Amino acid sequence: MTDPIQTITMPKWGLAMEEGMVAVWLAEEGSAIEAGQEVMEIETSKITNVYESPVGGTLRRRVADEGATLPVGALLGVVADTAVADDEIDAFIERFNAEFAVAAAEAGETGPEPEAVEVGGRKIVYLRMGEGPPLVLIHGFGGDLNNWLFNQPALAESAMIYALDLPGHGASAKDVGSADMAMLSETLHGFLDALEIERAHLAGHSMGGALSLVYALGNPGRVAGLTLIAPGGLGPEVNMAYIDGFIEAGKRKAMKAALEMLVADPALISRDMVNDVLKYKRLDGVEAALKALAGNLFAGGQQESIAGAALSSLSMPVQVIWGREDQVVPAAHAENVPAGFNVHLLDKVGHMPHMEAAAEVNRLILDQLGA
Amino acid sequence: MAKKSFRQAINEALRQEMERDPTVILMGEDVAGGMGAPGDDDAWGGPLGVTKGLMPQFGRDRVLDTPISESAFVGAAAGAAATGLRPVAELMFIDFFGVCLDQIYNQAGKFRYMFGGKAVTPMVVRTMYGAGFRAASQHSQCLYPVLTHMPGLKVVIPSSPYEAKGLLTQSIRDDDPVVFFEHKMMYDDEEEVPDEPYTIPFGEANLTREGDDVTIVAIGRMVQLSNQVADKLDKEGITCTVCDLRTTSPMDTDTILECAEETGRVVIVDEANPRCNVATDVSAIITENAFGALKAPIKIVSPPHTPVPFAPELEDLYIPSPDKIEAAVRSVAGYAQ
Repeated sequence: MTDPIQTITMPKWGLAMEEGMVAVWLAEEGSAIEAGQEVMEIETSKITNVYESPVGGTLRRRVADEGATLPVGALLGVVADTAVADDEIDAFIERFNAEFAVAAAEAGETGPEPEAVEVGGRKIVYLRMGEGPPLVLIHGFGGDLNNWLFNQPALAESAMIYALDLPGHGASAKDVGSADMAMLSETLHGFLDALEIERAHLAGHSMGGALSLVYALGNPGRVAGLTLIAPGGLGPEVNMAYIDGFIEAGKRKAMKAALEMLVADPALISRDMVNDVLKYKRLDGVEAALKALAGNLFAGGQQESIAGAALSSLSMPVQVIWGREDQVVPAAHAENVPAGFNVHLLDKVGHMPHMEAAAEVNRLILDQLGA
Repeated sequence: MAKKSFRQAINEALRQEMERDPTVILMGEDVAGGMGAPGDDDAWGGPLGVTKGLMPQFGRDRVLDTPISESAFVGAAAGAAATGLRPVAELMFIDFFGVCLDQIYNQAGKFRYMFGGKAVTPMVVRTMYGAGFRAASQHSQCLYPVLTHMPGLKVVIPSSPYEAKGLLTQSIRDDDPVVFFEHKMMYDDEEEVPDEPYTIPFGEANLTREGDDVTIVAIGRMVQLSNQVADKLDKEGITCTVCDLRTTSPMDTDTILECAEETGRVVIVDEANPRCNVATDVSAIITENAFGALKAPIKIVSPPHTPVPFAPELEDLYIPSPDKIEAAVRSVAGYAQ
């Protein structure tokens, strides 16, 4: 522990988040808390999630009241050893809030903004945060870089985290060329080249997991480690009701029903999430891109699975994270991996472990990065 | 994603469709401005600068400054649409439709029908509407109920910059004549608008708020005021659904009825004069189809049946205000049979 007095502040979950509401405190004043312990629930217009303390010690003050809506970076709580006197803590809070008010007034601090790079004639948009060993986050079918909102800021404390929008997705070009795994793999290759990333850890979700695997098999020298989150490619089954539902849904109700298949607790799917997906789907070219990708990657309602022998040839560390309640790609596919892969099956989690159990997924990724 | 104004969103939709499709042209009074006069060539870009920059990019062949004769240029747009172009004509104020209504409703609106489906008329009439601009009674009316009444026309009334870009892009790509209403008090409103082109389909209402207690049906600028009221009352525990119709022709009666049935209490907000306006139509649709679900009489918030006053104090009193909407919501929320 460096500073005797440490802070818990309003996190920034996603580019659009400017403020959040402290829904409920989960730790009492005066109690001992550990780093990573769930200390409160925070509600934003997009999502409600538990917030885990970045620091450990005694929770000396709950500065923010339940129900208070506060800007990103605002002081929520103070953690310090019991040896620190109360008046020191009061003085610290006063000083912090005064400085925070000045900083907030001085500049609309916007944080990192997405950047774009041209890869194979296509605009590829990505968001970079942090310093250290490079890790690339790769979303799944219909997703985008914002899917990592609970992961990227936390992981960026220890590494250089890139999250990209694949072709046909997010703000990247909607032209998907041959619309197959080869095109995705070439894009990832070109992306790493363009940003001069010689060797990176890859964390891929669903279709992005299959892509990470395919890329690592073809370019083992470029991949330092793999985290596969509910990945494709490990078995033939994929829930086409989700894929087709996502492609066909044009209205809120149908889209909400499709998105609810992604998670174990449907309450996670907020109005704003549904609206954001609908806004993406209205962009010119998106429908055609999704249909072309689905037509190739899920031809005949099945996905291509990678042979066990090929998987065994991978020499970098590989971990697989799966929710036991995944309704899109069955968690049973985790049984198809070689013994050398670390498999983590999470209870009460669906197809989105990185959102539904963000802290745990972040820890697993950081453990692998450290190894 | 960048924040853009309502004005920028419309400009961007026009620019992107003109880049995408060479048959898209603009015409109207001063859409570029300065033609034939000394000085700047793109002096105006429309009376409120909405089309600024388009003439320098696309040239005078595609951005046509017309004489002050709505009957001539709206008629020319209808003819151009019937013969292969996609004109976007700017009728400066909807209040001026009196001199070109025949071209809109009796010609453009009937081509498809009269020629047995063999003719299409992909024409857009962009026009300003609404009160609050201190522009007096001949430049402040809504009048969309009149056009909604006429079959063969599509009537689009966007409520925000995001909505404006997607709905205008759809209007230009649509094969039928569309009248696109821009509230003159909204041009400087800002919100996040994607850089890429996108379309919002017609006839799909948008729920800008969802609640359990009261449904507020609104259009155009009234959606914003209704959202404000919904947010305020939400803090007191009265939750509202706000149903933005987006288009009054076609009209999304399914969503209106669903919302009405869910809450059983309905307020309809319409800036148009109260006789035969969109609110009376929506009210009739609900009472005819969902009467059994209603827990309170429907309340309509509309201005009085007078011309829009020029005196600022009276104009402010005339326009449906958040206070009036709030009072209506409270009265239906508290109504007991």
